Amino acid sequence: MAGLARFFGGRLIKAVAILFAIVVMNFLLVHAAPGDPATVMAGEAGAGDAQFVAQLREQFGLDRPLVVQLGTYIGHVSTGDLGFSYRQQKPVWELLVQRLPATLVLTASAFALALVLGIGLGTLAAVHAGTLRDGAITVLALLAYATPIYWIGLMLILLFSVRLGWLPAFGYETVGAGLTGIAHLADIAKHMVLPVATLGLFYMAVYARLTRASIQEVRDMDFVKTARAKGLRESTVVFRHILRNAILPVITVAGVQAGQLIGGSILIETVFAWPGIGRLAFEAVLQRDYQVLLGIFFISSVMVIVFNIVTDLIYSLIDPRIDLAS
Amino acid sequence: MAAISVAEPPPPLLDVRGLSIALPDGADRPFAVDNLSFTLNPDEILCVVGESGSGKSMTAHAVMGLLPPSVRLAAGGLFFRDTNVLTQPEAKRRELRGGRIAMIFQEPMTALNPLMRVGEQVEESLRAHTPLDRAGRRARVQELFAQVGLPNPAELVRSYPFRLSGGQRQRVMIALALACEPDLLIADEPTTALDVTTQKQILDLIRRIQAERHMGVMFITHDFGVVAEIAHRVAVMQNGKMVEIGTAAEVLNRPRHPYTRQLIAAVPHTMGQRAAFARVGEPLLRAEGINKIFRVGGGLFRKAKEVVAGHEIALTIHAGETVGLVGESGSGKSTLGRSIVGLMKPDNGHIFFRGTDLMTLAPRDFRPFRREIQMVFQDPYASLNPRRTVGDIIAQGPVAFGESPSVARAKAEELLGLVGLDGNAAGRYPHEFSGGQRQRISIARALAMGPSLLIADEPVSALDVSVQAQVLGLLDDIRRRFNLSMLFITHDLRIASRVCDTIAVMRRGVIVETGPADRVFGDPRHAYTRALLDAIPGRGWHVPAELAQCPAELAQ
Repeated sequence: MAGLARFFGGRLIKAVAILFAIVVMNFLLVHAAPGDPATVMAGEAGAGDAQFVAQLREQFGLDRPLVVQLGTYIGHVSTGDLGFSYRQQKPVWELLVQRLPATLVLTASAFALALVLGIGLGTLAAVHAGTLRDGAITVLALLAYATPIYWIGLMLILLFSVRLGWLPAFGYETVGAGLTGIAHLADIAKHMVLPVATLGLFYMAVYARLTRASIQEVRDMDFVKTARAKGLRESTVVFRHILRNAILPVITVAGVQAGQLIGGSILIETVFAWPGIGRLAFEAVLQRDYQVLLGIFFISSVMVIVFNIVTDLIYSLIDPRIDLAS
Repeated sequence: MAAISVAEPPPPLLDVRGLSIALPDGADRPFAVDNLSFTLNPDEILCVVGESGSGKSMTAHAVMGLLPPSVRLAAGGLFFRDTNVLTQPEAKRRELRGGRIAMIFQEPMTALNPLMRVGEQVEESLRAHTPLDRAGRRARVQELFAQVGLPNPAELVRSYPFRLSGGQRQRVMIALALACEPDLLIADEPTTALDVTTQKQILDLIRRIQAERHMGVMFITHDFGVVAEIAHRVAVMQNGKMVEIGTAAEVLNRPRHPYTRQLIAAVPHTMGQRAAFARVGEPLLRAEGINKIFRVGGGLFRKAKEVVAGHEIALTIHAGETVGLVGESGSGKSTLGRSIVGLMKPDNGHIFFRGTDLMTLAPRDFRPFRREIQMVFQDPYASLNPRRTVGDIIAQGPVAFGESPSVARAKAEELLGLVGLDGNAAGRYPHEFSGGQRQRISIARALAMGPSLLIADEPVSALDVSVQAQVLGLLDDIRRRFNLSMLFITHDLRIASRVCDTIAVMRRGVIVETGPADRVFGDPRHAYTRALLDAIPGRGWHVPAELAQCPAELAQ
């Protein structure tokens, strides 16, 4: 346990340093883009005169030197204040908290689905390598991997919502239905099916291919022969001995991708009008809403770091050779 | 378990009748095992001897029902206690496998699941074959670990394989095989990957357990020393056929078949028969006070484990001299070899080559010495770039030093002839050659640079005995022809005694004894040297005089 505490301690220190670098870089990147919120707001207000814009800039502190703005921002972030969105007239933190659950539900379900199905199909394909079943799985994975994700989304909408009318095409819940309890959850679940399937399909393909390749590499290793020589059932050999060893590279890739899922969901959230972080980011870019954008970047960086730590932790649980403290 | 060990039914335990195993189309021969018949009795150790590709492992795997899917059982029967196991359904075979017939493999480093505790891996077998409950299984595993001589069984069962040494892992494998008290134990080269001293312990263990339990043991090996240690009966296989079978005394001392005679003649046996080497002038290479400590593991907050690979090592090599560096794995032999070639930097010390201290040279200044000092590596399968032709591989070095490609290429072909390969080998790729041929290519590659010192790191340990003899013969010939100095690193004292003028015995980073080969082998002064010599398998057996007379290289 002492090792675990040391591991977390060490990683926390690193995480803070990384976050600091990310915050600075994000800030500078955002400000390198042409245009600022003052011009957008002035434009929308229909008042394009320079004095008004200058006044807006002064009000938001945009006239001060960049370094000063950066200092102020970092000072705020370090106290947990992600700023205020003047566009939406709400604290950024509040906006994020509003949108985050929808994104998390979508990405986490898609990720879990992708992992379970991907590893399952990959194993099935590897065990029956060279047969029809293997061929079918390989082709399916290749298709899911190679087809643009938004196109799959659109086609699924066309089929299941427009043609068959089985599932809702967009949104997070039926607006104005006023459902509560189980009915409300069922409603959300129904809305989730298509976006989750679309997002999950791509990652599933990645994991299926990876699992298949990894199993094929492990299955000829000596310890697998030892396991067979013990007279174990084939299923025990596959799951306990082959799969457990083959899954390490899948976890590495999955860990990296888990952190990126939020970014990856922007397309899906746009296609399915899903009220999550992704859509918030999209809108914030159009509106030059720096504070919101920076907040989203910050949150996704935190996610990446957290998932990295979790991945390392899982790794050490599966593979005793990996010593967390070193 | 007691119910099973009732009186043995009449012999034999295993009866192989006309077994043929077909190789896939396009293999170098149609049958891996060709019309093979032999019997194995209870309470007997049958050694199956042959070179790689002789079909001995394939036979063992057929008995276990573990043949790779690419081969096919073509004919014959495998009778275990009068039941043809080949016609049994898979469920029945699974019961036999690990239950009544158990197997130990060659490579203990990879034969255990790296992600499972060793105790659990043995327990798995008990769970599959016995009605023991969890507590019963645990107790049995500890009992087994104690039986095979593993230290501190109660704690060791909870270890993962990577924490154990090769010898300990092989003991775990033996415990695993013995778990369900099998009637037949198949040991497929179980000591080949181990050091001599560990090999001796494992052989003793197998012999002891076999005698206690009256098991039948099918022991596969290529080493006649091991055969002499352990066999009751010996079967010799060549190209999938059995060429000779008989009692150990018959086959070892009065071999009849030419192939058996050839194998026995190839056994390194000329302990200390070399003419004394006269050192002249200044040494070519003089190493002094070399220290190297590896730090394993450890991190920001934890002290690393220190492994001493070199402690105040001093060594000289004169022109034309072959110095044998002998020791067990992990003793630091390779570290020293690699330091001399400049592949590794010792912590401190001096390596003088023709008076220049290599350790003080910047990489750029070291470069000319790379030509002078060349290395032949242990594994001929891994040391040649699979994507370059053999000619390229050999010519690459000289070209890098400014020779014109066409000249280098012509020289490469010449060198290939010199090492006994066809000139057209230059246009082919490494995978088209056998292990012995590849090692010849490695030697040609080293020679292409025109070195004066050759570092040979276990150059023949991956090869069959008869091929070993050929490659050693080649090295000796080349050494004489070019007046090369050689540092010959090996764990096999029999081989060292054949090619080395001077022997340095190394243990845990320290050279414990140095001297002329004759003296070191004839009159070992350090206890460790004596222990190494005692551990050589088959010390009590002498190659029959008529075969000992004929040099092994000529017996091909």
